[in-house]
Amino acid sequence: MGILSITIFLPAAGALLLSVLPGKNARIPRAVALAVTFLTLVLSCVLFASYDRSLGGFQFVDALSWIPAINSSYHVGLDGLSLSLVTLTSLLAVIAVLASRHITSQPKAFFAWLLLLQSCIIGVFSSLDLLLFFIFWELEVVPLYFLISTWGSNRKERSAIKYVLYTLFGSAFMLAGIVALYFTTGTFSLPELYNTDFAMLANGIPLAAMFFLLLAGFAVKLPIFPFHTWLPDTYSDAPTAGSIMLAGALSKMGGYGIARICLGLFPDTAASFSSLFMGLAVVNIIYGGAIALRQKEIKRIIAYSSFSHMGFVLLGIFSLNEIGLTGAALQMVSHGLIIGLLFAGAAILVKRTGTSRIDEMGGLARQMPVLCGLVFVAAIGAMGVPSSSGFVAEVSVYLGAFSASAEAAKIITIISLVGILLAASYMLNMVMKVFFGPVRESFASLPDIGSVEKLYLGVLATGIFTVGLYPQLITTVLKPAIKGLAVLWGG
Amino acid sequence: MNWMYILPEIIIAASALAIIIADLISRKPVIITTIAIVGIAASLIAACTSTVTFEPVFDGMLFIDGWSRLLKVLLLVVAGSVVIASTDYHARLKHSWAEFHALVLFSLLGMMLMPSAGNLISAFIAIEITSISFFVMVGMLKTPLSSEASLKMMLTGGIAAAVMLYGMAFIFGSTGSTSLAEIALSSQPDFSSGLLLGALLLLAGLLFEAGAVPFHMWLPDAYEGAPTPVTMYLSAGSKLAGIAVIARVFSMGLNNPGGLGADWGMAVAVISALTMTLGNVLALQQSNIKRLLAYSGIVHTGYMLIAVATIGLGGQVSGDEKLFFYMASFALAEIAVFTAVIVITRQIGSDRIEDLAGLARRSPLLFAIMSIGIFSLMGLPLTAGFMAKLFIFTSAVDNGLLWLMIIAVLNTVISAYYYLRIIRVMWLGKPSDGSALSLPKAPGLISIFSALGILLLGIAPYLLLKLAENIIFIP
Repeated sequence: MGILSITIFLPAAGALLLSVLPGKNARIPRAVALAVTFLTLVLSCVLFASYDRSLGGFQFVDALSWIPAINSSYHVGLDGLSLSLVTLTSLLAVIAVLASRHITSQPKAFFAWLLLLQSCIIGVFSSLDLLLFFIFWELEVVPLYFLISTWGSNRKERSAIKYVLYTLFGSAFMLAGIVALYFTTGTFSLPELYNTDFAMLANGIPLAAMFFLLLAGFAVKLPIFPFHTWLPDTYSDAPTAGSIMLAGALSKMGGYGIARICLGLFPDTAASFSSLFMGLAVVNIIYGGAIALRQKEIKRIIAYSSFSHMGFVLLGIFSLNEIGLTGAALQMVSHGLIIGLLFAGAAILVKRTGTSRIDEMGGLARQMPVLCGLVFVAAIGAMGVPSSSGFVAEVSVYLGAFSASAEAAKIITIISLVGILLAASYMLNMVMKVFFGPVRESFASLPDIGSVEKLYLGVLATGIFTVGLYPQLITTVLKPAIKGLAVLWGG
Repeated sequence: MNWMYILPEIIIAASALAIIIADLISRKPVIITTIAIVGIAASLIAACTSTVTFEPVFDGMLFIDGWSRLLKVLLLVVAGSVVIASTDYHARLKHSWAEFHALVLFSLLGMMLMPSAGNLISAFIAIEITSISFFVMVGMLKTPLSSEASLKMMLTGGIAAAVMLYGMAFIFGSTGSTSLAEIALSSQPDFSSGLLLGALLLLAGLLFEAGAVPFHMWLPDAYEGAPTPVTMYLSAGSKLAGIAVIARVFSMGLNNPGGLGADWGMAVAVISALTMTLGNVLALQQSNIKRLLAYSGIVHTGYMLIAVATIGLGGQVSGDEKLFFYMASFALAEIAVFTAVIVITRQIGSDRIEDLAGLARRSPLLFAIMSIGIFSLMGLPLTAGFMAKLFIFTSAVDNGLLWLMIIAVLNTVISAYYYLRIIRVMWLGKPSDGSALSLPKAPGLISIFSALGILLLGIAPYLLLKLAENIIFIP
């Protein structure tokens, strides 16, 4: 069992440990969860550092025959694309644990589900066998269902079931796609599928049908308009840790799946539908941004901003060229950091002020200068201001989309530039309403955030600038993977 | 000698008679239960150690082969679990304790003969042994609900038997034989439309036993009214035997390469789509756990019929290892869930879903068992139910049933809604009475074992799949 398998299953083992842990003390589960997530982060960093960038390809591969009857195996490995997302997930898991310090009801169960969720997400990114991929993908709904329905807020049970049904609906089609693909090729193994020429196999199931069946699962998760209606409820009703993982890590599963499976296996189909998806990406960006502008509740603003930003991922992916894909991958990492910081910051604000409406907050910069500064960093990132990670990512996406060979790519790109304007409007509006303006009497005695909050929000803020100023940190890892993908469309 | 081939059945019949006699001598429930368990265990040993691969018995009335041996073992395990689980139901059945056990064994005898049938007549007799035993068992509580369920089941069952016989008459008229082997021979290379009509009528009668739409009307009432161990037995036992006998009779007698298989295969595929969709839609409204499980069972009949359809479309002349895997995983899930339901409903005195509230706190172990069982029925990964569905879906696509597979996967999403509702009530609901629930030893043991079995088959499905494949296909 290699280091990658240990990274995948360590959180699950932690969850198992928590579920048999005796005692009712709330501190111990939290400490265990923190230790496990931190250890996983260390392992992920080791993976990130030791990935051979000159060699590229899938590394840290573990392969074990699993169900020979249907030619499926336990097959995991990482390339640059998955490696950066695994590292992001591990980082966000630590943040999520730290941001859940106030959980007092059933802490053992809470942290156990959270750890299990982490295992599933890392498993999705690492799977090189489509059946294994699907299993991790489907399994992830269980921890999230419990997390949202038990520790969420507002109409938590309804949001939880909504999330589960949407996800299962998407993954039902995905399973159909995977089975159809298996029937066509006789294998679930991604590396083998990459080397299969689909055009040579004629069996009656059209390639486009398989492409869209597979895409359905990813479209719900990313989400792509019009499959987004679960998002605002789920994001805003989930507990903080759930929102961080959902928006930060889980939505990336959608983008990752599209790039790895839909594009990697069906390059020609993807090319013939690229205009459609670039168009949908623009709808994501502008529609999401416009709704975010109209929201009154801070978590909903962030939820819609996340929806809008995922449009950039989609736009970059369907540029079908190296720079666009790199931009999409960068956007995934960058958005994970930004949205993590925003949700964690918003949770603190909501808890301290007792309201989630931005027009009932105000003048908080006076009482909480540090929190204000850190949230502002995230806002800068979301707006795509130079020196932030959002800037490099979005510029790459725009460059990629502009030079894409799809019909109307240039017009689409120009329209999507409105997204930057919208992001600036809703982000600045939010920061203004929350932190500036007249100081309210009732908030006069609010203390600033404590040292633990400073630490984890600070880490994310540092991450945003690090990626913004030194994107090579990630792009060097991404390069072989992206190049391998971009070559499918001739560069 | 021929008798040795049906040793497991002989042991069961002898144990049933022994129970009736023992009841005359002593009325201690523990003696009755012991005889039943010892009989089932002995029969299980006989069935497991049997190495018969393909043997016509009694002039071909019965055919002992891999498929029938596998089903015998599965049904014995189910019946054993029912007997053990019913120890927790003694209070409500004590007046007819011996009769109940004798009937469990008699119906088991019928069910064991069903997948072994080599002749339409023996199939019919086996089915009737099972059905009549169940009519009595369902009405055993003697409450109005229970009696109504029994009467309803008997009336519809009678009609089903008539339809089945009518179909058999057509088949006999077209081929001149009731032996499956001879029917198969005489329907080649061409078959008459009378044979097809007969086959479809026979199918309708058999689908009654399996509980498929549109022959499902009796099922929810019977499940609700029957004593819960009988419900468990109906669901994990007679349903599976019903599907197994369809697979046997149709694959062996009516699956000639001339196209008969494609005809009934497509009919089964359509019925399968109707069954799972209608079952799901009706399940959404249920508030009684036994009724809900009845509809969920109908849905699973639909999934299993996919595999039956692929037998017809693929021209297979024997049972199918993927179908067996599905049956085994379904049986495990039903054993886990129903045993837990028996234990819980006895203690809370209600079988309404909302009264399961707070189970997670009142008994984490029972909650875990219920959850594993329900997740397996839902088809969530890492449970046997997921692998079972996956195998069936792959063979559906293999036989050109992509449309049916898409209907099936969408149905799994619908079913998630009502399964998760149970989980939600158990996990989040506020119990009206917070006292802890206990899990008695014997039912606890089988429910824990079946829950572990579900997880084991979910992680390593190959163990059972390969075994079943070897037994069915390698003589």
